[in-house]
Amino acid sequence: MLSVENITKSFTIHHLDQTRKAIGEINLHVNKGEFLGIVGRSGSGKSTILKSIYGTYMPEEGAIMYHSKENGPVNILEINDYELIRLRKTEIGYVSQFLKVMPRTTSLELVTESLLEMGESKEHALEKAKDALRHYDIPESLWDNYPNTFSGGEKLRLNIARATVKAPRLLLLDEPTASLDNDSKLKVREAIARLKADGTTLIGIFHDLEFMDGLCDSVFDMSDKALRYVQ
Amino acid sequence: MKQKENITLSVKNVSKLYGDGCAYCAETDAVLDKNVCPECRTVHACRDVSFDLHSGEILGIVGESGSGKSTLMKMLYFDQEASRGSYHISDYDTSQSNVFGLSSQAKRQIRNEILGMVYQNPVYGLEMDFSSMSNIAEKLIAAGSRNVGEMTGTGDHFLDKVNIPLNRKFDPPINFSGGMQQRVQIAKALSNYPPVLLLDEVTTGLDLSVQADVLELIKEIQREMGISMVVVSHDLAIIRMLCDRTMVMLNGEVIEAGITDQILEDPQHAYTQQLVYSIL
Repeated sequence: MLSVENITKSFTIHHLDQTRKAIGEINLHVNKGEFLGIVGRSGSGKSTILKSIYGTYMPEEGAIMYHSKENGPVNILEINDYELIRLRKTEIGYVSQFLKVMPRTTSLELVTESLLEMGESKEHALEKAKDALRHYDIPESLWDNYPNTFSGGEKLRLNIARATVKAPRLLLLDEPTASLDNDSKLKVREAIARLKADGTTLIGIFHDLEFMDGLCDSVFDMSDKALRYVQ
Repeated sequence: MKQKENITLSVKNVSKLYGDGCAYCAETDAVLDKNVCPECRTVHACRDVSFDLHSGEILGIVGESGSGKSTLMKMLYFDQEASRGSYHISDYDTSQSNVFGLSSQAKRQIRNEILGMVYQNPVYGLEMDFSSMSNIAEKLIAAGSRNVGEMTGTGDHFLDKVNIPLNRKFDPPINFSGGMQQRVQIAKALSNYPPVLLLDEVTTGLDLSVQADVLELIKEIQREMGISMVVVSHDLAIIRMLCDRTMVMLNGEVIEAGITDQILEDPQHAYTQQLVYSIL
């Protein structure tokens, strides 16, 4: 489904005249329906890998081969902007611990919106969005509220609902359990278990991987800008 | 070539010079003093700008004052003549002729039927002494509408949409606050449902609440009417929320272009980095 081949990413900071290497010669392989977990210290480059797969960062070397449903194998680092935007709208999802939204957009509108941009009809999108919110335990009383009034756990579940409502083939999870209490973490775990059962391919970064016990097919540890296979 | 059919606007190597230019600055890689030719003092307000706008897409343009953003927008709306380059509009002519070369009558037709423009300064987009309703009617008449009932209906619809109290629809914009004038301008630009909308710093100077209304409105019209837009803004937060793709301009040139989160999270050019570090 996805092969990360020898990617290297550095950041050049012009005003300091510095180049910082974030990751070097990273290799990863995920099969369809698998869940790959990445652990490691802050600043070790875990998010850089995920952001490179999503196309936010452009590594200077290597290739990221993704097997797209519509066009077969594509190199994320070489496809044009429109193809990447299309993949993000229809195939690849990204969940971070932050929620960036339009001001005064309600939670229901937010989830509906991600279906509308895929071209779903308004009625259909609204029904599906409601199902997703129920699925991730966002109570109906919050549907007409703005997400910036939500608790951390609610925001995160909303974020997951928004990404998964499109049924992405590949979902990237960037520390989705950071700063959550145990109860909320368990709900995220349940959500991930459901996604996995539905056949979604997942790559996730976790500080506390014990919460994902039994779910991951393989676990890697990121340290010194390199990946090491753990289990 | 499915993607090719999707292109709404295509701009290639467009330049705007104030001055005659010389052999030195005619070279594409000539080094200028900011945007001024050191030999002949010609100002290169826009230099070799190229981009495509796809159907239903919102393209963002950011850059400091004087970087050429507004000049580019004015050329796209035929307010200013381009010195060089070509401009194709697929809704006008699928044979892809260069619309810069058309007669002023044909350009007027494109302005009336295909393009909508919202200026940074409402004085350019509105007749300040006419009523708000007349401003909208003027645009609709230019686009071929003749039915008064239909026109007032459209006027009411869009003025209401941008939160102008309908009991003030016959007031001239000169009596309105800056924010209200800007909203009347947006209502006017939208009134004939143009397939392409050009927005030049439309939220600058609006209070946060009205700004949120305008953003909501822009998203809504993109989604419901499938309108393609070019959005010029200083405000990177607005660009982040609205635009899939963004271009960064400096001294008349496009120095960086890409998917918006690439530009904001992994900026390559020194100027773009400064811009991103300045986000509040």
